[in-house]
This record gives sequence, C-alpha cells and structure tokens, in this order.
Amino acid sequence: MKLSVNNVAKRYGDFYAVSDVSFTANQGEIVGFLGPNGAGKTSTLRMMVTYLPPSSGDITVGGFSVRTKGDEVRKLIGYLPETPPLYPELTVKEYLSFVARLKGVKDVKEAVERAIGKCFLEEVTNKLCGYLSKGFKQRVGIAQAIIHDPEVVILDEPTSGLDPKQIIEIRELIKSLGKGKVVVLSTHILPEVSMVCDKVVIINKGKTVVEKKLTELEKSLEETFLESLRGDV
Amino acid sequence: MKGVLAIARREILSYFVSPIAYLAITGFLLLGGYFFFWYLAEFNTYLFRSQQMMGGVQSISLNQIVEAYYRTLSLVLVFLVPLLTMRLFAEEKRNGTFELLITSPVSVFSIVLGKFLGLAATLLIMVILVSTFPSFLIFYANPEIPPIFSGFLGISLLALGFGAVAMAVASFAENQVVAGTAGLVTLLLFYVISAPAENVGGVLGETLRYISPIDQSDEMMKGVISLKSIIYFLSLISLGLFLSFRSVELERYR
Repeated sequence: MKLSVNNVAKRYGDFYAVSDVSFTANQGEIVGFLGPNGAGKTSTLRMMVTYLPPSSGDITVGGFSVRTKGDEVRKLIGYLPETPPLYPELTVKEYLSFVARLKGVKDVKEAVERAIGKCFLEEVTNKLCGYLSKGFKQRVGIAQAIIHDPEVVILDEPTSGLDPKQIIEIRELIKSLGKGKVVVLSTHILPEVSMVCDKVVIINKGKTVVEKKLTELEKSLEETFLESLRGDV
Repeated sequence: MKGVLAIARREILSYFVSPIAYLAITGFLLLGGYFFFWYLAEFNTYLFRSQQMMGGVQSISLNQIVEAYYRTLSLVLVFLVPLLTMRLFAEEKRNGTFELLITSPVSVFSIVLGKFLGLAATLLIMVILVSTFPSFLIFYANPEIPPIFSGFLGISLLALGFGAVAMAVASFAENQVVAGTAGLVTLLLFYVISAPAENVGGVLGETLRYISPIDQSDEMMKGVISLKSIIYFLSLISLGLFLSFRSVELERYR
C-alpha cells in the first residue's frame, strides 16, 4: 500500500490554497504533515480523501487515482477531519454502528467493539456524543476513522485543543495504528512529529519544502522547520 | 444499498431522539384533530338544517368531510414539512458530518436517497397518524371506503412531493433558518401557483394547474386515483432528488 501525492494544486478563483505539494507515504510509515496555519494542510488532506478535487496534479492511494477512482480510494481510507464528525444526538455505540454500516463493514457489532477497545471508549459507549469531553470526542473521531480497518489513516490535527494527558493518550493510540498501515498526521506541533512519526513532510505557502525521514534530518526538526519557513531549505 | 439504508436509519433515529419529529407529529395531530372535529360539526349542522327544510337541500355525503379535511391538511403540510427538512443538510455541515458522508464509500446519490427515505418514513408516520381520524367514520357511520383510501394516497403523495422539494431547497442552504425559510416560501409558492389559472386561461392556465401539487392531489382527495397525478408526484419527487444530488455534487467544486 502506498499513498502518492503528485504536484497537486487547489485553486479557488485566483487564490491558490495549495500550489505544488508532492510526497509519498509507504506501508508502516507514520508521516508527519507539518506546516504553519494557512499553509494548505487541510486542503491537501481534503483532496487526499476525495472531499475536494485537485485543480491540477493527482493523488493515488494503492494505485487508485482520486480523480478517476474515488470510490476505490474511499474504501481504503479512514479520515478524521479537524473537527470530529459526530452526531451529538446519538450515543457513541449508535454513532459507531452507523459509521460501520456506512463504510460497508460486514460484521458491524465486531467492528464497533474492536474500535471501542482500541480507542478506550468502554466507559462512554452509551453516552451521547454531544455530552463527551473534547478528549473523548477526539477518540470517537479516531474510532470512526479506523472502524473499517482501512489501509490508510489520515488525521487532521488530532491533538489540537486537548490537555497534556489526553495528548499523550492520543499519541499512543496513533503509534499503535501505524503498524502495517499508512498514517498521515497533520499537525503544527513539532514535538508531536518527533515523538510519533517516521517521516516528515513540511509545506509552506502551498508548496512542499521538506520531505525526509526523521533519521535523515541533518539538523533538529525545529531548526529544519524554521529554515524551511524562511526559505533556506 | 446498505449505505442508503444506514443513512435512512440514522435520519429516522436523529428525528426521533430530538424533539423535532415529536413537535411536528404533535402539531399535525392537534391541528388534524381540530379540523376533523370542526368539519364533522359543520356536517352535523348542515344535516340538521337540511332535515328541517324537508328535503329542500340536496343530500350530502360523509366523504365531503374527508375531502375537506385532507385539503386543509395540505396547507398544514406547507408549514410542517420545512420544519423536518431544514436540518437535513445544514446540521450535517455545522457538525462536520457532511465531510464524513462525502468521504465514505457511498455515492452522492445514495446519500441523498438515504436522507429522503428517512424523511419519507417520518412524513408517512405523520400522515398515517392523522389518517386515523377519517377512519373513525368507518366505525361510526357508513362512508364510502375508496375515497378515504384515495384521500390518504393523495395526502401521502403530496407530503412526499413537498418533502422532496423542501429537501432540494435545504440542500443549497448553509444554515437551518435559511433552509427552513426558503423551504416554506417555496412550498407556499407551490401551494398558490394555480390560483391565477382561471384568470389567465389558455395553455398557461392549464400549465399552472398541471404543475400545482394541490390541483394534482385534488382529484385523489375527491376519490379519483389518476395515473396522471401519480406520475406527476413521482416526477416531482425525482426532480427534488435530482436537484439535491446536483447541489451536493456542486459542494465539492465550491
């Protein structure tokens, strides 16, 4: 399984939200997708998950293009948007059962129990999603992203707004997801990438400026990031 | 198909765990009960007077109560249907769940169809409940049964047609108030569209009558089931689904 982003751009009228982003992610890799606010991270992720069509360039997931084989791509990906997509009036169990059915899971009960176990949601299964704490909402969001056991998991700022304890828990959860899957983790928190990821992709003003394995970085991640924003990389 | 059913099921669940469905059903039942009682009382008064006039007035049928009852409910639907459709898309966009639906392995048409089926089930529950009033006539008097059935079919098709139109309107709106208001205005327009038909006359008058869901359901409420009207309502529902589909598709290219 391989995720390949090839020179994608997203244009809204005359404004380029993304002008030229390219990178690859392989099976078993957790890729940290870094960039300052407004760099085009969310737009790129939305193109990867077929929510937005690229204005130019292409993205392939497992060899399927988002332009021509969107249906196949959607089967392979699990996606957590910036705000966990929850129905506040449903309980966690009802919500996860709905998502499992939506994603065509055969054994819904088993999939829901597995996702609940993996994301440590046992104590809130019968609580309404609208009444959960932010940390639990985020975990339910991750549970829905992995409920159909996708090959590629895409997480958009999964730790934003969480307290330190919740951040540690979510990071552990992401690390455990990385085994055998492609995980793309969008964030602007540098230590998160150092702790969780194998590879870093930095974008700035809609362009890829760094794509390297963490072990291959010549300088610290912080220095590399700052230099990339100044245009020294 | 599984995706369609999952979405329909979730819609029904969301309607019935929030107060909206109960509010709409209670309102529909209260108004239905009120109008039914009113028409029944009018009928009794008329009957009493006509008996006193010793055959001076032609006999009237109990089925006229049913006809008047369903016709009045048509107007009530104009106000209640937008209450159910206004949340269909705006709430998904507000909760961020729209992104979940679009990035799931189900087609856009399945999303729209699933939503419509959930709405249709809720509307039919409402219509079945208010139709219990005319069915009382069967137990306590001798009305003709077929017109009661055709009236039920007429109001059901009208509710589904209104639902599809209001859903299409709601699919273009970003928030619930806009979706609800636009739905109400559109349905009101549909309700009165054939009003100038008589004055206009000619082909335009006929066209206005043809596109009016009220005129199309009128015959059924009188007891005549016509294929033309059934085809009209199926076309109206298809048009509503198609417009909703196009609107959701366009969302990706904004």
